[in-house]
Amino acid sequence: MSRFRNTALGLVFSAALLAAPALAGDLGLGRVATPEEIAVWDIDVRPDGKGLPEGRGTVAEGEEIFIEKCAMCHGEFGEGVGRYPVLAGGQDTLDTENPVKTIGSYWPYLSAAFDYIRHAMPFGEPQSLKPDEIYAIIAYLLYLNDLMDEDGELSKENFTSFRLPNENGFFDDPRPDTPTIAEKGEPCMKNCKQEVKIVKRARVIDVTPEGEEE
Amino acid sequence: MTITGRRGFLKGSLAAMGGGLAAAATGGTARAAGDIKVNEWMKTLGEGVVSRPYGLPSEYESHVRRRWVEWLTATRESSVSFTPIQDLDGIVTPNGLCFERHHGGIAEVDPSEYRLMINGLVEKPLIFTLDDLKRMPRVNRFYFLECAANSGMEWRGAQLNGCQYTHGMIHCLQYTGVALKTVLEQAGIRPNGKWILAEGGDASGLDRSIPIEKALDDCMLAFAMNGEALRPEQGYPVRLVVPGWEGNMWIKWIRRIEVGDEPWHTREETSKYTDLMEDGRSRRFTWIMDAKSVVTSPSPQAPLKYKGVNVLSGLAWSGRGKVKRVDVTFDGGRNWVEAELAPPVLSRCLTRFHVNFEWDGRPLLIQSRCIDETGYIQPTKDELRAVRGTNSIYHNNGIQTWHVMASGEVENVEIS
Repeated sequence: MSRFRNTALGLVFSAALLAAPALAGDLGLGRVATPEEIAVWDIDVRPDGKGLPEGRGTVAEGEEIFIEKCAMCHGEFGEGVGRYPVLAGGQDTLDTENPVKTIGSYWPYLSAAFDYIRHAMPFGEPQSLKPDEIYAIIAYLLYLNDLMDEDGELSKENFTSFRLPNENGFFDDPRPDTPTIAEKGEPCMKNCKQEVKIVKRARVIDVTPEGEEE
Repeated sequence: MTITGRRGFLKGSLAAMGGGLAAAATGGTARAAGDIKVNEWMKTLGEGVVSRPYGLPSEYESHVRRRWVEWLTATRESSVSFTPIQDLDGIVTPNGLCFERHHGGIAEVDPSEYRLMINGLVEKPLIFTLDDLKRMPRVNRFYFLECAANSGMEWRGAQLNGCQYTHGMIHCLQYTGVALKTVLEQAGIRPNGKWILAEGGDASGLDRSIPIEKALDDCMLAFAMNGEALRPEQGYPVRLVVPGWEGNMWIKWIRRIEVGDEPWHTREETSKYTDLMEDGRSRRFTWIMDAKSVVTSPSPQAPLKYKGVNVLSGLAWSGRGKVKRVDVTFDGGRNWVEAELAPPVLSRCLTRFHVNFEWDGRPLLIQSRCIDETGYIQPTKDELRAVRGTNSIYHNNGIQTWHVMASGEVENVEIS
């Protein structure tokens, strides 16, 4: 009996040594990322230009690349094909019934175009463009939006000098923006209104998918 | 019309429905003579164990599936499918039915090659394997995930006939993973680290800025959903979990987190996922998904089949906390009853609600209204339009109306 107890105690003891509860802080997991490794993946770009690679490209160069690699979806002048995004025009439409949100009319920062193209474009062939090609494409997009002359050039050096027209068109989330219980009290539960009429019907529009198309 | 509210069986007619309604015809659903027999499956052996190593639903449930709206997007690789919430019950969404939103198709990641990089304003930039993450202290939490564009097609008026389409960009799962805080602490955040950028490892490399307070508060890196590995459609092997905030921030196939001193203002948080107001200005960083609810049955894809006893079933949720109460009206908002909340009621989770009622065959105008623990009241669509106009696309949490016709069919409508 005593032997059994000793063995049991010994097991508990060694288990405690092998598996001490891990505390917060350094768990000793992972390995240090080298600057070379970080450079492979860290391709984001901020409005202040942080993250921009060395490079340059002209409107003329950009037009050529755009026609070859982008126009099949976005149109030769950034007008958009089918449901693909429109990239140019749309100025003075944001407060209308049909706002057209483009780089020129809506986007606040040009850096988002570089960051996005570098991550995701061309659609289906991402991360295939060289920095010079991205600068050139964006130069062409600025030209299409009347924000650069046709003999213009975009580079790491002059990138942040191009400000987009709608930069000041954004403000931080003010919600909640409808009355809460603290503001208007408990909602009505009985005899809350006199008359109810149907004013809109989905079937009038008739765009719901039917059948099993998959 | 008889309704069972939260406080018991409330018998009696609703005055606004037109006075004392006669009791509806009642009866069971299996009344046909000859339906009791010895069926085929009672007379033959079925398939043995492991004939279905990974079980799938009965073939009679094949209508329960994700669906998409073809005209909505240019390609299926950058598109959305919808959860069939009209066919589900409880609060946990089955893994294969969770709605999808991809920007560059479904990445098929080899877990042995999976790496997560932490860089930027940290003491020590680090790279983790999937096994490294699985050796860290583990967290299990239930959360809903709603796309900011859920109900976005309904801003200008009733458009799609089915809650799968109007409200199906949502799911609710149990996530298993590690606290993002644990991972960031391994690298050590520098004092000027105020934001993180989370970046996907798919063909879109979707990236979003998140304030450091949220990252350290309750965000998770999840590697399991409902007890099994993440599905590829949901970011296998690791996705970010950002409780209560819009789904676009829950980066799938996450490959990198950078710590910075300012937000990045990426395409997904400027050109998209910003809310355009009537005056042409836009709200940005609209992260929280406000309190919302929808009746899933009856609904256009789940018509009323029987007069007499029926169960109204629905879902409510709030990105600000727990659902406190759900009110339901059958008469277009003239009178409301408090729905029964089916436990558990968890913070930033779907909450299931029910109302037992008797239907006499007259048309109904059904709505639900969610109130959360912060006192936020789900607004009507017109209340939202009065503040935001009709161009904002995102964050439409307005009250949904279903018109139940005398035939039992249900349509998506708006009412005065």
